[in-house]
Amino acid sequence: MSDLTKLTIAGARDALRKGDVTSVELTEACLSAIDAADALNAFVHKTPEIARDRAAAADARIKAGDAPDMCGIPVGIKDLFCTKGVASQAASGILEGFLPEYESTVSQNLVDAGAVMLGKLNMDEFAMGSSNETSVYGNAVNPWRREGSDAALTPGGSSGGSASAVAADLCLAATGTDTGGSIRQPAAFTGTVGIKPTYGRCSRWGVVAFASSLDQAGPMTKDVRDAAIMLQAMCSHDPKDSTSAELAVPDFEAALTGDIRGKTIGIPKEYHMDGMPQEIEDLWTRGKEMLADAGAKIVDISLPHTKYALPAYYVIAPAEASSNLARYDGVRYGHRAKLAQGDGITELYEKTRAEGFGSEVQRRIMVGTYVLSAGFYDAYYNRARKVRTLIKKDFEDAFAQGVDAILTPATPSAAFCLGEMTDADPVQMYLNDVFTVTVNLAGLPGIAVPAGLDKQGLPLGLQLIGRPWEEGDLLNTAYALETAAGFVAKPAKWW
Amino acid sequence: MLDLTYETPKPKVIAGAKHDWELVIGMEIHAQVSSNAKLFSGASTAFGAEPNSNVSFVDAAMPGMLPVINEYCVEQAVRTGLGLKAQINLWSAFDRKNYFYPDSPQGYQISQLYHPIVGEGEVLVEMGEGVARLVRIERIHIEQDAGKSIHDMDPHMSFIDINRTGVPLMEIVSRPDIRGPEEAAAYVTKLRQILRYLGTCDGNMQNGNLRADVNVSVCRAGQYEKYQETQDFSHLGTRCEIKNMNSMRFIQAAIDVEARRQIAIIEAGGAVVQETRLYDPDKNETRSMRSKEEAQDYRYFPDPDLLPLEIEQAWVDDIAASLPELPDAKKSRFMGDMGLSDYDASVLTAETENANFFEEVVAACGDGKLAANWVINELFGRLKKDDAEISDSPISPARLGQIVALIKKGDISGKIAKDVFEIAYTQDRDPEEIVETEGMKQVTDTGAIEAAVDEVIAANPAQVEKAKQNPKLAGWFVGQVMKATGGKANPAAVNQLVTEKLGL
Repeated sequence: MSDLTKLTIAGARDALRKGDVTSVELTEACLSAIDAADALNAFVHKTPEIARDRAAAADARIKAGDAPDMCGIPVGIKDLFCTKGVASQAASGILEGFLPEYESTVSQNLVDAGAVMLGKLNMDEFAMGSSNETSVYGNAVNPWRREGSDAALTPGGSSGGSASAVAADLCLAATGTDTGGSIRQPAAFTGTVGIKPTYGRCSRWGVVAFASSLDQAGPMTKDVRDAAIMLQAMCSHDPKDSTSAELAVPDFEAALTGDIRGKTIGIPKEYHMDGMPQEIEDLWTRGKEMLADAGAKIVDISLPHTKYALPAYYVIAPAEASSNLARYDGVRYGHRAKLAQGDGITELYEKTRAEGFGSEVQRRIMVGTYVLSAGFYDAYYNRARKVRTLIKKDFEDAFAQGVDAILTPATPSAAFCLGEMTDADPVQMYLNDVFTVTVNLAGLPGIAVPAGLDKQGLPLGLQLIGRPWEEGDLLNTAYALETAAGFVAKPAKWW
Repeated sequence: MLDLTYETPKPKVIAGAKHDWELVIGMEIHAQVSSNAKLFSGASTAFGAEPNSNVSFVDAAMPGMLPVINEYCVEQAVRTGLGLKAQINLWSAFDRKNYFYPDSPQGYQISQLYHPIVGEGEVLVEMGEGVARLVRIERIHIEQDAGKSIHDMDPHMSFIDINRTGVPLMEIVSRPDIRGPEEAAAYVTKLRQILRYLGTCDGNMQNGNLRADVNVSVCRAGQYEKYQETQDFSHLGTRCEIKNMNSMRFIQAAIDVEARRQIAIIEAGGAVVQETRLYDPDKNETRSMRSKEEAQDYRYFPDPDLLPLEIEQAWVDDIAASLPELPDAKKSRFMGDMGLSDYDASVLTAETENANFFEEVVAACGDGKLAANWVINELFGRLKKDDAEISDSPISPARLGQIVALIKKGDISGKIAKDVFEIAYTQDRDPEEIVETEGMKQVTDTGAIEAAVDEVIAANPAQVEKAKQNPKLAGWFVGQVMKATGGKANPAAVNQLVTEKLGL
């Protein structure tokens, strides 16, 4: 079988079960592809020994007829997930040399399902960023390029390494995490599928925290079916995470009928942003038409507090981050600064954190500290929480009116050039999240689906937002959109 | 049940150079919740373990670790609230108190600032017979304890022990209703007693399982009453908080010296600065720890790792139904049903172990007053001599009850009973068996006693004549008869016969 790395999870699953291919073969193919793709800088810690061991074990399981869907599937794991005995740094210098003694619940669920970990994937430091440029490992690179250009593009962020690796067929799928769009934006930038499930669907235990009330893990895959299969394996109720929902995980793949007749799709008028490229508007319009052609009813809706979402997000997320990241103090693990004669505990903190954290992380810690400080708490943090409640209510109202899913652009643009935003106002970078943060603030499931190419040949994605806990329904709508869009383009290999 | 009424004690007055000053005191008690596991992790809370051995990944704040509330600790907090007649909040929430310190691995303490689990309650603090202060409780919240930094083991390094990190605490906050050092100590004693009755805190102050922060201010006479009417703190003086005291003696000394410090400042025309202070018992002074300006900004916010804590009224009711009889109720029952004195009832209810022991003695003998006498005077005295605790008592309550029953029955006299007690105590023997074997049974046979009385009268005609003049000398005859019978004659019978025979 040629081009094993190009297989989808579903394709590989069927081939494995039929005996057409072994997990060892699949894994070796991916390991070779990874070794040949250092230019993408997607895999930052390779784990070939673990991969080969697990592949062999998976083959034995498949032979024994005890093979869950993910059994034998080679995947990449975002560096934010703690993986036992394997470097887990959240792409930060402050966690240099940190080897967890434990495995995150989500990655353990994948291990239990027989998935094969190929290594750890690049990302923005502590998942803070939209271009992968805040990583201590240096940025991952998008395998896509503009037609006729060899300028390096961002794979998006924070799950940029995951997106790059999946788009470049280095692995069949990857885990991502999404706090404000960190799965969906990179998926849109790389022509892949990424779903952020309902808050509480995936356990956060063992995932390095950025903003606890917003963080959710999810899969990044080559198509919607794979997203359904992998999400299924990642979800569970976890007593170790108090915010994990005590709900049974439905069969997501079984929900993929492609039949969306009678479904109501809402188009929120507030997502028409000033200065949004015409191509994005056009894509959105095509998306509406495709869903309408598939039998869905399209209705205009209003989500009136949308414009306050980004500012509220950039208060709440840094506030939580400033507290979550306080534990990186050089006392127990990770980086510790060398101290000078006479230095005390304050110097240990200051030097360790100044050396260990990159500038974007430091910026967010300072913003978060500021918005929680006495005298500013009500004006910023409390107000942002109120906005959050209103945004949640906007969605509840829409769903109460019979809307089944909401269609929006995934990003305000296609992938941009690495380095393009380096000197820009940080807020320019934050605007990348404008369509995605509302979903995190409301705790809803959202999925990015590739729906076309821009005039420079770069992928563009659409976002669908679903009702809480109805990922199956959302995936089915995404499946119908994917089928109608017929997106099959792949990046030309240059690496 | 006996309804006890109390008079309010007078506030402590300290005479300054110019005026008299009254004290106003509020306390925050940190009580370690009796629980085998920590508040948000499964690690052990055992005291005295090897440094850093009772530490889970959560306690060490490893990346990606999450807290999960220990339900038993919540139950203990609810039980405590019920024991203090407090409002139980069915909806409460956890907040993070952010600060950097090496013994706080998370960089924050999980506490309950905005929505504590327990609201307003009260503690009756007795200050002597018929005098008591009702101290209002403002709130109780649950929070994590911090670890320990050790600075004196190495000249260049500090050491950290995070065994204590994450150990469950209840912070019990009083209103400023305490009016003197003795009241403060009595308040802590009473609170400790209730917590020990409830089994929610062992009250071990030496191990730091019960610690007090004390807010002290002074005011002129009449100001406190204005505060009480209006609940407006501006009527009171500026307070200082003395942190982290774990001895009753230090609490009292610190309050006294702090009040005097404040009075001196005010009378010299200065103003007390609101600040946190530490008490130095060696120098008997308080020292500034940090001023209000230097006070840390803790940036409290709701902990996003934990859902709000929602509990059911039915669960609270179940806990309420399982509450033990508390000190106030027990004391009033001992006084009302058993006729004990205020003092005896207080002594016997100070600790549950004492009360339980006493009640078993009563069950075995059926006489509360006599039993109280024997437990307090004989048993406690004897235990004290051996420096022993009641839990180590070599004589069981059933056996002590037997002794009291033997006295009641008239089988032995009180004097003989003391000998029986000593034998039972030291030789682990059964009192009835002792009396039998040692032939200590009281002679109640009137014939035998009469013979002895006759003998003594016949042998002492001169004394008989004197006694007829002065009836008080009858006692001498009683003594002689007792002597003759080896102390076994029933003293009451002897008395009666002597009086009769002498014709008094």
